[in-house]
Amino acid sequence: MTIMLFLLQDGITNGAIYALLGLALVLVFAVTRVILIPQGEFVTYGALTYASLCSGQMPGTARLAVAMGIAAFGLDLFVSRGSLNRSLVARSLAVNIGLPVSIFALTYGLAGHNAPVVVNIALSLAIVAVIGLLLYRIAFQPIAHTSVLVLLIASVGCHLALQGFGLVFFGAEGQRGPPLSVAALTVGSLRFTGQSLAVYAMTIAFIVGLWLFFGLTLYGKALRATAVNRLGARLVGIRTTLSGQIAFLLAAVIGALSGILIVPITTLYYDTGFLIGLKGFVAAIIGGLISYPLTAIAALVVGCVEAFSSFYASNFKEVIVFTLILPVLLLRSLGAPAVEEEKD
Amino acid sequence: MQGRLPVLVFALLMAAIPFVPGLPPFWIVLLDNIGLSALVAMGLVLLTGVGGLTSFGQAAFCGFGAYTTAVLTTAYGLSPWLTLPLALAASGLAAVVLGLVTVRLSGHYLPLGTLAWGLGLFYLFSKLEFLGRNDGISGIPPLSIGAFRMIDPGSIYFAIWFAVIICAVLTMNLLDSRTGRAIRALRRGHIAAEAFGVHAPRAKLLVFIHAAVLAGLSGWLFAHLQRAVNPTPFGAQAGIEYLFVAVVGGAGYVWGGVLGAAIVVILKEILQSYLPYVFHGAGQLETIVFGILLVALLQLAPTGVWPWLTALLPLKPARRRLDTAIKLAPRDKVAAMPAVVLHIEHARKQFGGVIAVNDVSFDVQAREIVALIGPNGAGKSTTFNLITGVLTASGGTIAVMGRTIDNAPPQEVVKLGVARTFQHVKLVPDMSVLENVAIGAHLRGHAGAVASLLRLDRADEAGLLAEAARQIERVGLSAQINQPAGSLSLGQQRIVEIARALCVDPMLLLLDEPAAGLRHLEKQQLAELLRGLRDGGMSVLLVEHDMGFVMDLADRIVVLDFGSKIAEGTPASIRRNPEVIKAYLGAAS
Repeated sequence: MTIMLFLLQDGITNGAIYALLGLALVLVFAVTRVILIPQGEFVTYGALTYASLCSGQMPGTARLAVAMGIAAFGLDLFVSRGSLNRSLVARSLAVNIGLPVSIFALTYGLAGHNAPVVVNIALSLAIVAVIGLLLYRIAFQPIAHTSVLVLLIASVGCHLALQGFGLVFFGAEGQRGPPLSVAALTVGSLRFTGQSLAVYAMTIAFIVGLWLFFGLTLYGKALRATAVNRLGARLVGIRTTLSGQIAFLLAAVIGALSGILIVPITTLYYDTGFLIGLKGFVAAIIGGLISYPLTAIAALVVGCVEAFSSFYASNFKEVIVFTLILPVLLLRSLGAPAVEEEKD
Repeated sequence: MQGRLPVLVFALLMAAIPFVPGLPPFWIVLLDNIGLSALVAMGLVLLTGVGGLTSFGQAAFCGFGAYTTAVLTTAYGLSPWLTLPLALAASGLAAVVLGLVTVRLSGHYLPLGTLAWGLGLFYLFSKLEFLGRNDGISGIPPLSIGAFRMIDPGSIYFAIWFAVIICAVLTMNLLDSRTGRAIRALRRGHIAAEAFGVHAPRAKLLVFIHAAVLAGLSGWLFAHLQRAVNPTPFGAQAGIEYLFVAVVGGAGYVWGGVLGAAIVVILKEILQSYLPYVFHGAGQLETIVFGILLVALLQLAPTGVWPWLTALLPLKPARRRLDTAIKLAPRDKVAAMPAVVLHIEHARKQFGGVIAVNDVSFDVQAREIVALIGPNGAGKSTTFNLITGVLTASGGTIAVMGRTIDNAPPQEVVKLGVARTFQHVKLVPDMSVLENVAIGAHLRGHAGAVASLLRLDRADEAGLLAEAARQIERVGLSAQINQPAGSLSLGQQRIVEIARALCVDPMLLLLDEPAAGLRHLEKQQLAELLRGLRDGGMSVLLVEHDMGFVMDLADRIVVLDFGSKIAEGTPASIRRNPEVIKAYLGAAS
């Protein structure tokens, strides 16, 4: 009985992380139609940047953000080469160069000076957020109008490149970060660490936050409108490129935050994120890539199935988690009516 | 479609390469790898580029092929040639099981689904005891013909490229056939294809199996080239890379798969051998460059390299010569032509709280043109969809030729002799007018996939194309027969849809706004055509907004408003009917 409870607790903690990632995937897909394979890299970047900062090292991701900013600035200049004006250049310069460079400077100044954990977290989030934003600008904005397939393959390309950079920045060895809190709470035979409580709190906060944002605010509705019909959204005055950038920024923040939340619990390697991200995917697919609450519930199920199978059939843990999707797909395909999709 | 000569030249060229004196042996290894990758990519071309089904799981099918032969040759001592059909069967069977689950998924579910089971299978390969877990299986015997043992990469080279060229020819044969047309038509939605009898899930499953068998073949060859297998080459990363190969080469073209394989394999080799010198050996640099190149390529050439390359060549595809004298056997019909072709009684369709069609009853007699008119949203197109089985009725009966259709699917309704056009034109824009129209004759051909692969379908195919050409001539579009359907004006595209419907050899033609987008003269020609069809024994039910056209052409008119029938009669009586005037002009008039 106690084992069951422990497994359940473990599953729920992991499931909460998958839920966060699943939410980010749903968010990005709903707004940009991009299936965000590099979500896993946001997780590792966030976690390892945080771990590096805490051990007093200068994370390579800050440099990457600056390099991507320069590339994005170049792209901006190239795209509007016929109609360059001062305010345009100034805006592009501020977003693409000013932002990453100032974060880089801040990181450079603080790294190695035993900055408080909160500052390290904020810096890690800022770095990854900028990378997310610029990733959309560089890789996806120019092909935003193409099919889901093309976007998906571009997404795979980004994943490969970012994972390669991850190895360069953080090396092949795994890292762990300091926990956010050492407090613990004991209920019956179960011991809740401050860390796992933080995981639960963050997940719930994000689910509620996203739900409110998309359901109630005008801006959230504008983001949803972009996903359904880009042209239509533009015609009513929604800036679709901005929507995409915001979606990516949010996804990057969510990814990095998940990474920061788990790096004190498990050792993360440069390529761990991919697998974690994929489990978020399993949850997102079960949720149909549209429903936030369903995705969250599915993620908890995925986490629990993983926890139980790692105890009872540890060899086949991954097989079980990834084939979990098949019965769900089968149900969906039997239940779904034959809807016509107008492609391209 | 393409001549056989370029393929022959290519085959001879590939056969000659190993005999080039002074060729580094390493190049042969690269060519072997290109061939193996090309086989998988070719399947993906058919699956993704042509059929619109994206799969990240192809590497897993390679695994089925490779592990089948690895286990059977090492543990049971079977001859590699004996394991070939078994390896292909194993990957084919896996495709049937996974395909039944996945091909019905639409849009983005499909690629994600394939990614998930691809990963699941990878972990399964690496955990199963009898597959050697992570270490895999080694000591696989080489392929041999008599005393000739294909031990080195130079000798298995011939087996690999023989397979590549044969499979390319077979795949092109399949594409250029009745089955291939059905597959190509499905990429842009299944409603139109199903209205002419294409069984969409079955066609998709077929492509899925074809691609899996090609991947299985590649895996079988791989096992005998390496003489050892382990799970790594069959994981998600490899699956992603195969898709990349197909997209780089040009996902819509069989030879694009081969070209893409060449580009990717050579590029990876160059990156792996030179990047460490440039950057002093730090980490996985080739994946970074690889990823960035992939994104850049998609931005610069989203359709791949092959179409770009063929556009540079001065060669233009030869025009197909058609022998329109070949007659196609007419569709099986009911012996005696009944007086009532279509009988609708209290048909009803509810979408949630909205009643789109409310107890509508009317008949269409033999040799009669009936017009269905009414303001926008009156339920005209919904009625069409009920008759053709696209939507299932909430109540009432619809009978065609005296047989109730009882919510039969579109593929069954068309067999009764009901053919239709669509309000929003549903043609495949990048297929020629001829091929689009030939889809209409789908049910009048009989050649299956295997016959198409082996080119045994030519007589059948000639009959279908001749029929299509005759119908195109009948509607007066012979001049445009070889143009892509998407290049025609909207009005002409509607006429192409009529030609496609006529290919069914129908008893009842349902036309949804056929005259929209036509000029005055073209409308007169259309009216003339429809009168001719009626006098030839066909019945026509049409939805149209052009009142001049309708009043002039129709024998009888049925008027719908808000889902209910408000009037029925001759054009003259409808013109004076106060209900109709009220519906069209409002209560005040």
